[in-house]
Amino acid sequence: MIAEAGLIALWLAASMAFLQFALCTIGLVKGQDEFFAAIRPVAIAQGVLVALSFLLLVWLFVRSDMSVKLVVANSVAIKPLIYKISGAWGNHEGSMLLWVAIMGLAGACIGIFERNLKTKTLVTTLGAQAFISIGFYAYLLIASNPFERIFPVPADGQGLNPLLQDIGLALHPPTLYIGYVGLSIAFSFAVGAMITRDVGPEFAKAMRPWVLGAWVFLTLGITAGSYWAYYELGWGGWWFWDPVENASLMPWLAATALLHSVTVLATRDGLRAWTLMLAVVAFSMSMIGTFLVRSGVLTSVHAFAVDPERGSFILALLAIYIGGAMALFALRVGTVKEGSQFEPVSREGALVANNLLLSAILGIVFIGTLYPLVVEGFSDEMISVGPPYFNLATGPLALILVAIMAAGPLLRWRRDQAKALLNRISIPVFLTAAALFALVIFTSSMSVLPLLGLALAAGIAVASFAPLWNRNLRRTPMHVYGMVLAHFGVAVALVGMASETSFTEEKLVAATPGDEIMVNNWKIKFQAIEPVAGPNWTALEARVTAQYEDEAIHEIAPQNRMFASAQMQTSEAALLTRWNGQLYVVLGDSDEQGRWQLRIWWKPFVTLIWYGGVLIALGGLLAMVGRLRRAVRQKQQRAYAEAVI
Amino acid sequence: MNRWLLWIPLVLFSLFFAIVAGGLMRPKDNIIESKMIGKPIPEFALPAAIEQRPALTTTDLATGKPQLLNIFASWCLPCIAEAPQLLALEQAGVSINGIASRDTPEDIANFLNRWGNPYVRIGTDVRSAVQLELGSSGVPETFVIDGNGVIVHQHIGDIRKEDVAELLDILEKAG
Repeated sequence: MIAEAGLIALWLAASMAFLQFALCTIGLVKGQDEFFAAIRPVAIAQGVLVALSFLLLVWLFVRSDMSVKLVVANSVAIKPLIYKISGAWGNHEGSMLLWVAIMGLAGACIGIFERNLKTKTLVTTLGAQAFISIGFYAYLLIASNPFERIFPVPADGQGLNPLLQDIGLALHPPTLYIGYVGLSIAFSFAVGAMITRDVGPEFAKAMRPWVLGAWVFLTLGITAGSYWAYYELGWGGWWFWDPVENASLMPWLAATALLHSVTVLATRDGLRAWTLMLAVVAFSMSMIGTFLVRSGVLTSVHAFAVDPERGSFILALLAIYIGGAMALFALRVGTVKEGSQFEPVSREGALVANNLLLSAILGIVFIGTLYPLVVEGFSDEMISVGPPYFNLATGPLALILVAIMAAGPLLRWRRDQAKALLNRISIPVFLTAAALFALVIFTSSMSVLPLLGLALAAGIAVASFAPLWNRNLRRTPMHVYGMVLAHFGVAVALVGMASETSFTEEKLVAATPGDEIMVNNWKIKFQAIEPVAGPNWTALEARVTAQYEDEAIHEIAPQNRMFASAQMQTSEAALLTRWNGQLYVVLGDSDEQGRWQLRIWWKPFVTLIWYGGVLIALGGLLAMVGRLRRAVRQKQQRAYAEAVI
Repeated sequence: MNRWLLWIPLVLFSLFFAIVAGGLMRPKDNIIESKMIGKPIPEFALPAAIEQRPALTTTDLATGKPQLLNIFASWCLPCIAEAPQLLALEQAGVSINGIASRDTPEDIANFLNRWGNPYVRIGTDVRSAVQLELGSSGVPETFVIDGNGVIVHQHIGDIRKEDVAELLDILEKAG
């Protein structure tokens, strides 16, 4: 019965979405406000129903209800509870249901919390949100019903892909999806604003917290995904420029550009058309990413459920939504009044540069991701575009971008003097030069990009705090602290990336128990190989001790896991974290003489990459909370002022 | 701003749509054939993989008589599966040269001791550089090379029993 209830809830949610869209359209066409009053409750009802449907699916997984096809294909009764739950979204249908659930909840959140938008724009926004949801409901109900039953009922399920049985990955998709789908709010806001032609500072201020919220989740999701790939795949890398990774990076780049341009719109009423376009592009990139991942049109190491027919369905949705929004943009934006002007050397100027560079990087990643498809289309050749292209093409732009990031917050709005800026930024510039000098002298053969990255990071780390100099720290608004923290996070992540790229030491040895291996300052001793068993796997585990210089000896245990249900082997890397880096040990295969392949990396400061990511997200969170608090306070002040008068 | 510029995003999106729709229509083909078929083998000189067999260079592959060039590795399971077929080809009088991909001398020696050594020469290709130049994307792969050192055929994956006759046929035609 649970499965049927879930399906009914999904149908009801879909009809609510339809009603929501109808209320908006009829209300707009007839110009009757009574239709508008109902739209908030309907949006909330839609959110509740679709969330219920999703929770019922999770419940089916928790109960291991093997009469449901999806549970059979992706779960097994002996699995730990947490992975039973995460199994609900570790597959195609479930993850699409999660997608619409978040979309519905996002609409409900607008319905509950959004109080700053003009009624008409709000209604149009909710109408647009419902219109997008309808397509994805149709997709679920027609092409990927998660609640389908199976008969005869099998004794047990087939298990979840072992790579996905990991706490990091249990939480990674929901986080990322909240980010992806949260951007739909910005998209709907933009569509709403284009229809009502209500674009200005008030609109931007209303949109900003939603963008920040989605962006925080997206940042966390990407950071977590990067760490997951790093320790779970056992390749020792943290970013592979895989199509699936790019699919998550592209919305992030667009959203990052958006949340900077929306500030220009909110503060100076500039960049109106551009901000609308970015809002459309950001969520379009989310949808395109989902499409690329789900349709199997690109070959990726993330071999998810792949089905070209489903691909066509999503592609049709993309054509309607993205194509529609872009056509609307072309028709309507010409009639939106242009915002105010500014000089090149100004805060706006820096933010425009930020936007152009982010867009350029987005373009490079987009082209690189799709290029294999283009080549296949025009010839029989099969190619793949790898890290050398992406690193070389995006690296220099990214470095310019972070340099501007250091200077931008120190510029005045509208017009500033280049000379004055140089004064304000002299200490960071000096630091960068000193770091560059020191690195060239004391390190051997660093390649150019990491070298510049590390040197720049030194300057940026200090420059990111410069907006706080000569300021009353207690009266500095919270969102400024948010910006400082996020920019500092970029510097931290940059140090991690550059250091990992330049200073990693790697050793691949064939060792027998008793062997000792030196890597950097680590003395690693291979003690023994032992079989171990987990709830649904067995493994060969290497007992390894590692000692950094004369410090305490640590035991680590890299494993080769064999999953009973999936007949699949995974390599569980063993990590040892110090403040100055991570030791990464992977157990490989054995040869005839009982020697075992051990791959050992010492990665100095690699953890800073993810700490940086978390700092960036925290900065975004702080900025969001700060903006919301300020909006509430201003409203109270206005109310108070009116009451006094 | 020029009104026409506002259509650029839609035009770009349409382009994306066309490319991707085309990609969806095309059937997926996962076998990657070498672009080198019909071309002379690239210049290379690989050091000897084991002491008992000489090194392998481009000139060794243009001797006036067709030969096989087999890419293998001690860590590759299908290579074990195809070992009897390579020995059978050697028995039939075919000259086989080997390229050991990403391997060590000890491991190669062990592998050959255990599963047989059909090779005249074996070069060691530690970083798979020559393998990539040959347009090979995996192990095992076997190339048929004619007397002038031109690649006439590429066999992807392990040589099964039923493939032996076909390879002998191609070798004969190349002669």
